Amino acid sequence: MTEAKPFPQILVENAEKFGDRKPAMREKDYGIWQTYTWKDYLDQVRDFALGLASLGFKRGDKMAIIGDNRPQLYWGMAACQCLGGVPVPLYQDAIEKELHYILEHSEAKWALAEDQEQSDKLLGLKNECPNLEYIFYDDPKGMRNYTEPFLMAFTKVQEMGRKFGQENPDYFMDEINKGQLDDLAIIAYTSGTTGNPKGVMLPHRSVVNAAIGFIQFEDLTADEEVMAYLPMAWIGDHIFSYGMAMVAGFVANCPEDTSTVVHDMREIGPTFIFCPPRIWENWLTQVMIKMEDAAWVKRKMFHFFMNVAERVEKLRIARQPVPASLSFLYRLGRFLVYAPLKDNLGMRRVRIAYTAGEAIGPEIFEFFRSLGINLKQLYGMTESCALVSIQKNDDIDSETVGTPVPGVDIKISEKGEVLYKSPGNFIGYYKNPEATEETLEDGYVHSGDAGYMTERGHLKIIDRAKDVSKLTDGTLFAPKYIENKLKFSPYIKEAVAHGEGRDYVAGFIDIDYGAVGNWAERRHIPYTSYTDLAQKPQVYDLVYEAVIRVNKSLSEDERLKGAQIRRFLLLHKELDPDDGEITRTRKVRRRFIAEKYGDLIEALYSDKDSVKVDAVITYEDGRKANIKAELAIRDAETF
Amino acid sequence: MNQQREPLLQVEDISISFGGLQALNKVSFQVFPREIMAIIGPNGAGKTTMLNVINGVYTPDTGRIVFEGKERPRGMKPHHVAATGIARTFQNLALFKGMTTLGNIMVGRTQKMRSNIFSQSIYWGFSQKEEIRHREAVEWIIDFLEIENIRKQPAGMLPYGLQKRVELARALAAEPKLLLLDEPMAGMNLEEKEDIARFILDANEELDYTIVLIEHDMGVVMDICDRIVVLDFGNKIAEGTPEEVKSNPKVIQAYLGEG
Repeated sequence: MTEAKPFPQILVENAEKFGDRKPAMREKDYGIWQTYTWKDYLDQVRDFALGLASLGFKRGDKMAIIGDNRPQLYWGMAACQCLGGVPVPLYQDAIEKELHYILEHSEAKWALAEDQEQSDKLLGLKNECPNLEYIFYDDPKGMRNYTEPFLMAFTKVQEMGRKFGQENPDYFMDEINKGQLDDLAIIAYTSGTTGNPKGVMLPHRSVVNAAIGFIQFEDLTADEEVMAYLPMAWIGDHIFSYGMAMVAGFVANCPEDTSTVVHDMREIGPTFIFCPPRIWENWLTQVMIKMEDAAWVKRKMFHFFMNVAERVEKLRIARQPVPASLSFLYRLGRFLVYAPLKDNLGMRRVRIAYTAGEAIGPEIFEFFRSLGINLKQLYGMTESCALVSIQKNDDIDSETVGTPVPGVDIKISEKGEVLYKSPGNFIGYYKNPEATEETLEDGYVHSGDAGYMTERGHLKIIDRAKDVSKLTDGTLFAPKYIENKLKFSPYIKEAVAHGEGRDYVAGFIDIDYGAVGNWAERRHIPYTSYTDLAQKPQVYDLVYEAVIRVNKSLSEDERLKGAQIRRFLLLHKELDPDDGEITRTRKVRRRFIAEKYGDLIEALYSDKDSVKVDAVITYEDGRKANIKAELAIRDAETF
Repeated sequence: MNQQREPLLQVEDISISFGGLQALNKVSFQVFPREIMAIIGPNGAGKTTMLNVINGVYTPDTGRIVFEGKERPRGMKPHHVAATGIARTFQNLALFKGMTTLGNIMVGRTQKMRSNIFSQSIYWGFSQKEEIRHREAVEWIIDFLEIENIRKQPAGMLPYGLQKRVELARALAAEPKLLLLDEPMAGMNLEEKEDIARFILDANEELDYTIVLIEHDMGVVMDICDRIVVLDFGNKIAEGTPEEVKSNPKVIQAYLGEG
């Protein structure tokens, strides 16, 4: 499909074209994959939409959608669009304060929740958000005692819809045909590292054109299989599991539960996947941990052939010929190691894999590529429906995010900021003209990212423009660049580098509790808690090795040579979105951390070799507890 | 309101002694449909013995048990008792450790299966349909107790709290008319306890199960139970709603000791 149409019209077309012959969506439920064809998709959407209509849904109404990826929530989204409404997907693990802001700001009159947990959150906010009139829920479990008249089951609304449809047989199609490309398709709130979330307004034109852009760039067909497992509020999931699935007509698969994603993915065997670096990192950590537990022969074989694969991949990326002997070993390795490992990860059929959202460590990137997975970097933002630049299949560079997608224009501002004009560009922030004006200029979006075009014509992103700064001696300091390098170590979960206006770079490091715990158990190092484990001298030694590796790698780059890590400490707790230290998409909130941990930072720049903390942590249920600890500070060798 | 309904289970004048030890002494109480009743008492009060009498492990010396209006014949074997619709979980887990979660829960359905081992091994026709039907019921329970992610894991490798949950799932799989839970929350942390308490309430309110449970955590008992029977040295010393029991001087004495 090349001609853009609003989503409801595409849905109707898909139902006509594919009917009952092709699945549109699957959901694992009761241990079995339940399939919905395109005809089912339309039927479900129609019933729900008409139910909404019978309750008085008006064009332009906003509907909040919150929960894990469930077909019902996607249908709700489509139903809302059919009636000219605007879905507002919310992060399912958002805390009440965040939800409150978005519910109020978006003026959502309707809300669709996945289950009791999400319904409870909305019910708790209903009194403070007078604009919210109806709440619907999908999973009736635990909902028996709720008697609020404005609270209804998804199926109940559909029932009302069927009745309404009998009385008004033409209503549904009439509303769909009223839809225009310039109607809003979605308001996606960005988590944002500072201030309140902003509502990115995306019209059908943008989302559909961005989907078409992806489909043409990658030659996607109606036969692709994707996993719908990322937060529905994230533009990545929206454009993949909804936008592109609808335009190309391929299948979105909803896992049974967030804890079963890996298993479910293996059953489906997706052909096309999209994961933030976080998840690739997790997979790599899992593989490494499992390999440590494997039998001696397997472990040796794994390390030997991974080494072969890495060498081959480095040559391929540099576009140099692979010697015959190495090529032979690689083929042997494919049979013995790579193929079984890919199968284990559920990536045997993957044709195209993306990583986006943040920079990925080159080592992680190369690991997956060397297995033969076509992992590519993509650069995009909510403001562009994720479409800006993608690496071409045979033009890969582990340090860049590829070339601009056809139709996208990229400029670099004088300050080094990346500006782009994409078919997926947004039209403004909802009820926030100042921010719109700051960001959108002559059709170009200010990305806020610092970057430059390499000689190969690739875009290279270094860091957030506002985070890039200089040390006192003038050395360029790009904190995220350093942090990402640190995070390649399976033992490091999160890192925060400091250095702006300082003499040298110093860092906070968060250990990966799972990986380091496992490591400690293997060595019979007893520990009681995260805090205790992090302060073991042996753990410091372990992390020290990783820091040294990063310093070596930094020393190879002339511009970043002076920004090696001189001192570091291991934090007493994991950085947590609930404490506001990182965003829901796990981006470090630097200013917040600088304020909260000011003492620790000062200690890093003093000559002390330890520092005391007395911190309050908040549990998931809102209870608070105190942690007292003494954190050791280590000096690191530089090169 | 309970008194107007037919009791599901009547326990009348049950006495049992082991050697010289009088474990239960003329204990009587009734369990009404769709209620959650707790049996509480200090250590050695005879709580587990009471459950063992109800599900037929022990035959009482005197007294009778009436279930659904029918008096139980003396010396009925536990598996026959189970067939009448009484399922239980155990204080110390009794799962098949090498079997998957799914397998363990399927075991709970065996009472309901009609095909024999031979037709099951061929897995065709009736026995296939039957297995699919039962598997569906089991999957429903897996969903209900939110244990999808451990479906294929061997039960013995699961953490303790989850094993307890699998055991509850197995008992639920039997679709009993009366569910006996022997310390369903023993050894759990607060979060696990809250989870189990919620599942017990859901099973009671959503699936209409009648539940008798033994529990030491008074907070939980007071929160989720409709009625409580208090045992002390084999004697019933109190019975009533949580409030009544809490203010009963005999109970206070039994728990806090004399002066």
